Amino acid sequence: MIRSIIKLMKSNYLFTLGCFICLCWILAAIFADFIAPYGPITQDLSIRLNSPSLEHLFGTDNFGRDIFSRVIYGGRYSLLAGCVTVLLAGTIGSIYGAIAGYLGGVVDDIMMRLSEMILSFPSLILAMCINAALGSSLFNTMFALVIVAWPTYARLMRSVVLTVKENEYVEAARALGASKWRVLITEIIPNSVGSVLIMATTDLGNQILMFSTLSFLGLGSAPPTPEWGMMVSDGVNYFNKFWVAGFPGLAILTMAVGSNFIGDGLRDLMDPKLRKEF
Amino acid sequence: MVKSKKVDNLLLRAENVKIYFDQRGNGKNVVKAVDGISIDIMRNEIFGIVGESGCGKSTFGRGLINLLPLTEGTVYIDDKDTTQLSKEEMKDMRKRMQIIFQDPSACLNPRRKVKEILMEPFKIHGIHDKDVINDRIIELMELVGLAKYHLNRYPHELSGGQKQRIGIARALALEPEFIVCDEAVSALDVSVQAQVLNLLSDLKEKLGLTYFFISHNLNVVYQISDRVGVMYLGKMVEVAPYNSLYNKRYHPYTEALLSAIPQVDKDEQKQRIILKGEVPSPTNPPPGCSFHTRCPKKFSKCVTEIPLLLEVEKDHFVACHLYDSFHEIHNR
Repeated sequence: MIRSIIKLMKSNYLFTLGCFICLCWILAAIFADFIAPYGPITQDLSIRLNSPSLEHLFGTDNFGRDIFSRVIYGGRYSLLAGCVTVLLAGTIGSIYGAIAGYLGGVVDDIMMRLSEMILSFPSLILAMCINAALGSSLFNTMFALVIVAWPTYARLMRSVVLTVKENEYVEAARALGASKWRVLITEIIPNSVGSVLIMATTDLGNQILMFSTLSFLGLGSAPPTPEWGMMVSDGVNYFNKFWVAGFPGLAILTMAVGSNFIGDGLRDLMDPKLRKEF
Repeated sequence: MVKSKKVDNLLLRAENVKIYFDQRGNGKNVVKAVDGISIDIMRNEIFGIVGESGCGKSTFGRGLINLLPLTEGTVYIDDKDTTQLSKEEMKDMRKRMQIIFQDPSACLNPRRKVKEILMEPFKIHGIHDKDVINDRIIELMELVGLAKYHLNRYPHELSGGQKQRIGIARALALEPEFIVCDEAVSALDVSVQAQVLNLLSDLKEKLGLTYFFISHNLNVVYQISDRVGVMYLGKMVEVAPYNSLYNKRYHPYTEALLSAIPQVDKDEQKQRIILKGEVPSPTNPPPGCSFHTRCPKKFSKCVTEIPLLLEVEKDHFVACHLYDSFHEIHNR
C-alpha cells in the first residue's frame, strides 16, 4: 500500500502537490505556536488594516491582529471541522446509500425517503436548528453538519450501486454462493466508492465554508476564535482591503484544491484501469 | 417432459417452470419471460437452446440454477427440489451448478487480480488453506490453457478470450456438474469462439460436465449440442436430439429459424423461410399457440388451443397442432 502510494506520487504530480499542500496546512495548524509570529487574538489598534509588509506578511485586520498568525491558527478549527464532517458524513452516507441501493425494493424506498426528509430542508437552516437545539459548541456544530451532509453522499452512492449491482460479476459471486453481505462488501462497494471519494474531496472546502457560515451566525466557534471562514466574512466589510478576506480565502481554496488532487489520485490508485495510465 | 417416463442418468428436471416479472408490482404488465417449460437434462450431455433475443433463454437458464426465483414450478437436481432448499443447503448446491457469462469483461471484478478472483470461490466456501487454494488455482489455469503469470494480471490487461477462460476457470473451481453457458461465446470473435468451444467440449469430456448451452448463434448450438431446444416467447416449441433435428424439423418456427443458418455450399442453401411481423410482447402473449400470429401454416385450432409439447418421433418433441395426430400414431 505505501509502496503504491509512493509510486503514485512519482508519476502523478498533482497528487504529490495535493499531499504537499494539505500536509503544510496540517503541520502549520499543529505547530502554530512555533510558526505564528504573533498571537491569534493579540490586538493592536494602532496598526489596524495595514497592508501586507515584512512585519505582517498577510497584513492586519480591523483590530490590528496579524492575519498570517490567525490563518495559521485558524487551520486548527477549520481543518478539524471540515475533515471530520466530510469523513463522518461520507462514511455514514455511503454505507447507508450502498445498503439502500443494493437491497432495493421497499427497504430502498423507506431508507431513501428518510434521507430525503433531511434533504428537503434548506441545509443551512436545518444545521442552525440542530445546533441551536443542542447548544453551540465545536462538537455540536460538526454533528449538525454531518446530519445535513450525509444524505447527499447516500444518494450518490445509491445511484452508483444501482448500476454496479447489475454487473455480471455480481451475479457470478451469487452463483458461487456468496452471501448478500459478502457480495456487497467484496464486489459492490469497491467498485462504487470512486465517485464518492471525489465528491468528498471537493466537499471539504464546502464544509469549511458551511462551518464558517454557522460561526458567522453565532453558532459554532465564536469570535475572536481565528477560523478561516469567519475571517473571510469579517473581511467582506473591508472591501478595498483585499488581504483581510483574501488570505484566509486563499487558505480555504488551497486546502480544497489540494484535497481534490489527493482524491483524484486516490481514485486512480483504487482503479487498476486508471492506474496503468500514469 | 413426460412425467411417467422413467429416465436413467437424469441430472436435472425442470417441471412447468414459470418466471414472471411484475414490473409495476400490481399484477398488470407482467412479463411472462418463461411460461411453463419442462425439460429433462441428462448427465454429461450438452443441451443447446436457441431462440431469438428476448424469448427467455437466459432467464430460463438463470432460473435453472436458482439465480432468479421461479414464479411457479420446480427444478430437481438428482431428485432434490432446489426451490425448497434452506440457505445452507442452497450454498452447498451452488457448488454443483455454475454459470459462464456472455460478456467476459463484465463478469470479472475489475478491481481484483485474476488470482483474487479465482480465490473467491474457495473463500466463500470456507477453504482458507493457502497451499491447497494455490495448487488448485494453478491446476485450473492449466485446465483452461492459461499461464501462471496471468494470475497477477488485472482483467483489463487480458484479451476477451483470456477473460472468458478465467470466467470458465472460476466456474470450474468448485467442481460443478452442471454449467449454464449463457451465450458463452457470443461476445468473442470467430477464431476465439472456436477455441473456447473446443475448450468447453474438452472440459466436458475430461470432467464429465453437463452444459445448458444458451446461444442465439445457431451454428454454435448445432456444433456443440447433443440435444437442442427451440424457444419462442417463453415457451419451448421443439426439443430433439441433434441428429433428429438435423433431419427433420417439425415446428414451423424451427423450420424458419434453422433455414436462416448461412451455408457455405450453395446447393445446401435451402429456401429461406422469412417470417412476417414482430415477436408479440411477452406481457400480452397471444391466446392459443403463441406463434400463430406469424405462422404460415396456422389453422383455426391454433388461435384457441395451446399446443402441448408432445412426442412425435422417438425423443423428438414438438408443440404444434399440425402434429397432434403424429403423437397418437407414435404412442400407439
